[in-house]
Amino acid sequence: MKPFTQHEGLVAPLDRVNVDTDQIIPKQFLKRIQRTGFGQFLFYDWRFREDGTPDPDFVLNRAEYRQASILLARDNFGCGSSREHAPWALQDFGFRVIVAPSFADIFYNNCFKNGLLPLRLPGEVVDRLFAEVQRRPGYRLTVDLESCEVRDGQGWKTGFDIDPFRRESLLKGLDDIGMTLSKEMQISRYEQKIPGYMVPTEA
Amino acid sequence: MPKTLFDKIWERHVVDEEPGKPPLLYIDLHLVHEVTSPQAFEGLRLAGRKVRRPDLTFAVVDHNVPTTDRNLPIADPVAAEQIETLARNCRDFGIRLWDLHAVEQGIVHVIGPELGLTLPGKTIVCGDSHTSTHGAFGALAFGIGTSEVEHVLATQCLPQSKPRTTEVNITGRRRRGVSAKDVILALIARNGTDFATGSVIEYTGEAIREMTMEERMTVCNMSIEAGARAGLIAPDETTFAYVKGRRFAPRGEQWEEAVRDWKELYTDPGAVFDRRVELDVSTLAPQVTWGTNPGMGTDVTGVVPSPEDFADEARRRAVERALQYMDLKPGTPITSIRIDRVFIGSCTNSRLEDLRAAAAIVRGHKVAPHVRAMVVPGSGLVKRQAEAEGLDRIFREAGFEWREAGCSMCLGMNPDILQPGERCASTSNRNFEGRQGRGGRTHLVSPEMAAAAAVAGHFVDVREWF
Ligand code: SF4
Repeated sequence: MKPFTQHEGLVAPLDRVNVDTDQIIPKQFLKRIQRTGFGQFLFYDWRFREDGTPDPDFVLNRAEYRQASILLARDNFGCGSSREHAPWALQDFGFRVIVAPSFADIFYNNCFKNGLLPLRLPGEVVDRLFAEVQRRPGYRLTVDLESCEVRDGQGWKTGFDIDPFRRESLLKGLDDIGMTLSKEMQISRYEQKIPGYMVPTEA
Repeated sequence: MPKTLFDKIWERHVVDEEPGKPPLLYIDLHLVHEVTSPQAFEGLRLAGRKVRRPDLTFAVVDHNVPTTDRNLPIADPVAAEQIETLARNCRDFGIRLWDLHAVEQGIVHVIGPELGLTLPGKTIVCGDSHTSTHGAFGALAFGIGTSEVEHVLATQCLPQSKPRTTEVNITGRRRRGVSAKDVILALIARNGTDFATGSVIEYTGEAIREMTMEERMTVCNMSIEAGARAGLIAPDETTFAYVKGRRFAPRGEQWEEAVRDWKELYTDPGAVFDRRVELDVSTLAPQVTWGTNPGMGTDVTGVVPSPEDFADEARRRAVERALQYMDLKPGTPITSIRIDRVFIGSCTNSRLEDLRAAAAIVRGHKVAPHVRAMVVPGSGLVKRQAEAEGLDRIFREAGFEWREAGCSMCLGMNPDILQPGERCASTSNRNFEGRQGRGGRTHLVSPEMAAAAAVAGHFVDVREWF
């Protein structure tokens, strides 16, 4: 996995609560068997009108946000389906950080597996950031995972909390399957104690 | 110290714990389907890894499959490739697969319980958020992403930080025509789609004890729509009676041993949950959603709300947007909403009892002339049993389409989709924008409510039909 230490980028505001993974990547694009190439389908039904032309009103279609790599969002971002295609699509589109007051659990987990940082900030801070993006065209943020700090280059900054283990894994880009495999002895020992009835056998 | 049911299952599954790291949890059952697994198998191949426990891993095709004649080739080449990829992966890695032609084929969360793979006390995962369904048996069951699917395939374990716990205590006796679906829809409408985020719900109370296993599955299924990691119900005699004799269930002495173990699976008196929520269902009415998330719902006797009814600005805007998408005006009585389509199916409501309940309403009636209605049984075995009971005839005679098993119009990955602007009474679990087809409008309801709406052509209070 790609490590994540620090990221500086343009912020795009997606001012909606409960953005579900069906919106992030609609089901018709889940049939691909690769991990890549999902960016073109990100927010498909919002980005494109029924005739397939881009909807100029949708925030990610506006010229000033074309280069955005930080997505600013509202509560319960990523709810619904467990599809990991959602973080794949966000990342493939160019996002490295999603900022929101809260995230749905499975989506939150999935982001870390892909080097995408879901950054939880308090509701008031997110409100403030939405206001700043409105007020200052080209508003940028630096997200520093090493110092656990977000800065805007105009003197504003705030710290953030993140689970230390998740932080460490992102910073180092650790292979967590490899880490579990190194527990081979413990796993085998556990398996010896599993009651026989737990292993499915056919009548 | 008194423990919750969740604590007991959790503790039985910790393989390893190191300070500063999430505990490593053993997974007893891994269910796999075609949509969220190809990249996981690819990952294994690239790393030269094997599947650690093929005997604890079972695969089925459900999301993509056509629900029409199975002897015809699959029209969509991309779907066909995904289905074929699962077959190849299962062959290469030695995993049992129920393919398109197996009578056991069906929605992953329907077949696990039906085949006796889902057992109390197990940890169960699947690359699908509605894995919470299996919690109805007192199993700790949760949805995972594709990277985690790969992790479980390779190691049979998952590092998991311990979630919080929420007790949802459901009291009172439901009146006729008020189903388990109405209970869970009302719970989410009243508490929000994220009230249980980061936690495992245990459903307790007499209303839960009185439910059948299929009703409990409906409730646990939609726990994810409350944001929960999982939903749990303590196993009891109802559970044991359901499991006993199923194809993969323990037998003989192993059965006795299992039941002895399972009887320990309850929350000790005095155990503390992080949070407690109450719901009294004695006055509950059938529910209908009017918006674009499962929490945007109300009583069938109610009206479409106005954005002004909501205090918080972000919610107000969300409601405004939802009403626009759903093409509904504030103040419209729910029963005056006319529908075009009816879908009875999905892992929430496609089991035998659901089909029986819907058929009892439909019997002797005809689907309204402007409505297209379909029934998609949850599995081949459900379909076979329903046909043995003559339910298919009741539906067909009323004008319903009777389909092969699969996810179908729950998410519309196969050709079963809504056309833009079409309005559907659906027994599924998500009414997100475009979920059943771009521009389609979904109202979530119980099987009985869907059946009655099919006949009337608009929503009706099914209680008046008894
Ligand atoms: S029936 Fe619907 S919710 Fe259930 S597994 Fe299939 S797609 Fe998911």
